Order: sequence, then structure tokens, then C-alpha cells
Amino acid sequence: MAARPELLAPPEIFYDQSEARKYTSSSRIIDIQAKLSERALELLALPDDGVPRLLLDIGCGSGLSGETLSESGHQWIGLDISEAMLDVAVEREVDGDLLHADMGQGLGFRPGVIDGAISISAVQWLCNADKSSHEPRLRLKAFFGSLYRSLARGARAVLQLYPQNIAQRELIFNYAMRAGFGGGVVVDYPHSTKSRKEYLVLNCGPPSLSAAVPNAKGEDGMSCSDDEENHTVTVSDRNRPRKKRKLDKTNGGKDWVIQKKEQMRRKGAAVPADTKYTARKRKSRF
Amino acid sequence: MRLLTHNMLSSNIKGVTDGFPLKIEAGKVVEKEVDMNTDFLKNIFTKIEWKPFVEAAKTLGYSELPEDVDPSLLDSQDFLTKFHHALLEIHLEEGALVCPETGRKFPVSKGIPNMLLHEDEV
Ligand SMILES: C[S@@+](CC[C@H](N)C(=O)[O-])C[C@H]1O[C@@H](n2cnc3c(N)ncnc32)[C@H](O)[C@@H]1O
Repeated sequence: MAARPELLAPPEIFYDQSEARKYTSSSRIIDIQAKLSERALELLALPDDGVPRLLLDIGCGSGLSGETLSESGHQWIGLDISEAMLDVAVEREVDGDLLHADMGQGLGFRPGVIDGAISISAVQWLCNADKSSHEPRLRLKAFFGSLYRSLARGARAVLQLYPQNIAQRELIFNYAMRAGFGGGVVVDYPHSTKSRKEYLVLNCGPPSLSAAVPNAKGEDGMSCSDDEENHTVTVSDRNRPRKKRKLDKTNGGKDWVIQKKEQMRRKGAAVPADTKYTARKRKSRF
Repeated sequence: MRLLTHNMLSSNIKGVTDGFPLKIEAGKVVEKEVDMNTDFLKNIFTKIEWKPFVEAAKTLGYSELPEDVDPSLLDSQDFLTKFHHALLEIHLEEGALVCPETGRKFPVSKGIPNMLLHEDEV
């Protein structure tokens, strides 16, 4: 797999003219963007009354995702940090309005005016500090806080994203919860490395009947096992008390110590190697 | 940028308490025809801050909107046509948006307002 773009350069640099070009010339990219946007719009679960809404496309880029919104009749405002991507959107003559803006600086909208928001493969960019002045936590806070305020009560935001690891997913999710959102993560095709897709489905305002986290899509061509989790993975549902995962209830055994040491290593701490002496029972006089 | 967006936007510079409405400095204004959708207009009407909307339309050279409104107007075809036109068909192509509190200018070019903040404004 190619290196993660977030690790190569800041978004306004990575999404330069040649990268932006791909959003008009590569049928593979166009196809993926369209599929992700259609799914995000579906997960928004707007009322089925045929009334067009005012939606937000966060990290709208070249406007491919926005076109999906237009096709369903909605009005939208898209914002993006990359000028090259916005130029492609202008060329494409998208129907939505475009803003050159950085979501990490907070969204400047009046409170409660937006009926729903989607974002395709953009929010994980907030976890990178691209300038010395960037503090990812502050940027996540500014983003989710302002998103929450600009949405109408009962509205949803569906953010498709590629977290780099579990810690990053948790970080993003936690900041969404802190801003006041309820909701969870929907994972489509969890068993396929290629088609696996994650959507943060966020509800603005008190949970209602319709605010339950929707079902994920299964894996095509695989027979369903009895195990529900096989195709529906919903983690961290805020409306349920979160259970902390315990490693092992019998603290102190050799396995437990080795696991703990491994954990500390992952955090970058200097930990002595595991040997036959690790967690060995000491003589009582020791 | 259309007036729909202008009516929702506010300046979020650090320390600004009421960044709405952004003043418009109109350079180039263009019009593009869009199909009218009455359901959308009725739905969005409740969210529009009317006075700033009328003001903004005037700045862009359109002064057919009534100064005062109430929801009963939504039954008038004449009103809906004007509302639709001002909301969705007039575009600010070149110019600037100005923060009402600080006077900071956000340039608009190719129809796109540049809302990026400087580091000391975040
Ligand atoms: C995978 S692209 C999505 C493209 C878009 N859905 C389309 O249809 O073209 C991710 C986009 O997120 C934008 N992005 C990344 N960080 C951003 C930020 N802090 N604020 C706004 N946009 C950002 C990038 O510039 C890029 O255009």
C-alpha cells in the first residue's frame, strides 16, 4: 500500500495541481469518491420527504462528493484548504458554493443553520501537526465544537475517514463526543483490507429514536456466520456506558507482565527485554 | 458565493463576539439560472436572517426584496420568485467580505471567499 498522504506533506501542499488533476482524470478515484459520498449521504438519513436541505461538505476538494449531493437535489456549501482542489471544483462548475477554509480553525457559520454535513477522507488530516503552531487536539476541538454549533438540532454529520491506528480513531471520536455529539462508528466491509471503510456517524442534540447508529454493510460474497459482529462493527456507542477492556483479571501473572511491558514499549518507554526471569516468583526473603 | 451562503457565514476570528453579517464589497457580480424548488425555499426561509439578506442583495444590485416578511408570503408566487433569485442565482465573483467587528477583509476571488485565518486570529 502506498504511504499515507497525511505523513508526506500538509494537505494544502499534498493536494497540489497534479494530485488535484487525478480527481478529473482517474476513473478509479472518481468512482471511489462517488461511492463513499453516496454512502455518507445514505447514513445522513435525512427525512424522506423530498425537501432539499442545506448541507456541508467538509474537505469538499474537487467537488466530486458535492456532485452526489446535487444529484439528490440538495444545496451545499463546501470548504477545503487546498486551492488546487478548489480550482478543479470551479472548473467542474459544481452547483454548491465553495469556501477556502481550514476546518481546524473552526467553521464560521451561524448556529443551527446547517441541516447535515458529510466529509470524505478528510478529517484524519487534523491529527497531524503541519505547522509549529498546530496542536492537533486544539484543532479537533475547534472543528467539532464549531460543527456541533452550526448544525440544526437533530441533524447528523457523517465523516468517512481513514484513521492511522486505533489511538487516532479514539482521539477523533473523543473530541466529537466532548463537543456534545452522540453516535458511533459504522464500519463497512470490516474484513476486507481493500474495501473496509469507516464512517463516524454523529448526531447533534439529544438522542432520539432515529439517532441509533445504523447498520454497516456486510462483506459481499461471504456467507453470513451467526456472529453478528462479522459484518456489523459499531464501536464506542456513546449512548451506552463504555466498558473498559480488561487485559486480564488476574493481574500479576507472567502473561500480564509481558503484556504490560509490551504496552509500555509501544508508548516508547525504555523497557527491559523479556527473559526467563520476567515476572518470576521471588523468594520470600527477597 | 451566493447570498444563501453569505447569510449563513460569520467571521470566526478569535475574540469576535458577533461576526454576522459580513459586509460585502462587491467587485464582479454574475447571475446563473437555477431551477426553483419551492420546498427548499419554504424550508430555508425560517433560517434566513432577513434584514441582512435584503441589505446584501442591494449591495449586489438587487433591490426587489420586501423589507419586511412573514411566512404568509410563502404562498405568493411573486415573492418566491424574487426570494429564489436573490438567494440562489446571484453570485459574488470578485470582491471581499468584511468582518463587522474588526474590519478584517476576506478576499473573494473566482467566486470563492478565502476564510483562512492568520495564526494570531485563531
Ligand atoms: C480525499 S480528498 C476529498 C476529495 C473530495 N471529497 C472530492 O470530491 O474531491 C480530502 C480533502 O480534504 C482536504 N483537507 C485536508 N485537511 C483539511 C483541512 N484542515 N481543512 C479543510 N480541508 C482539508 C484536502 O485538501 C482534500 O481536498
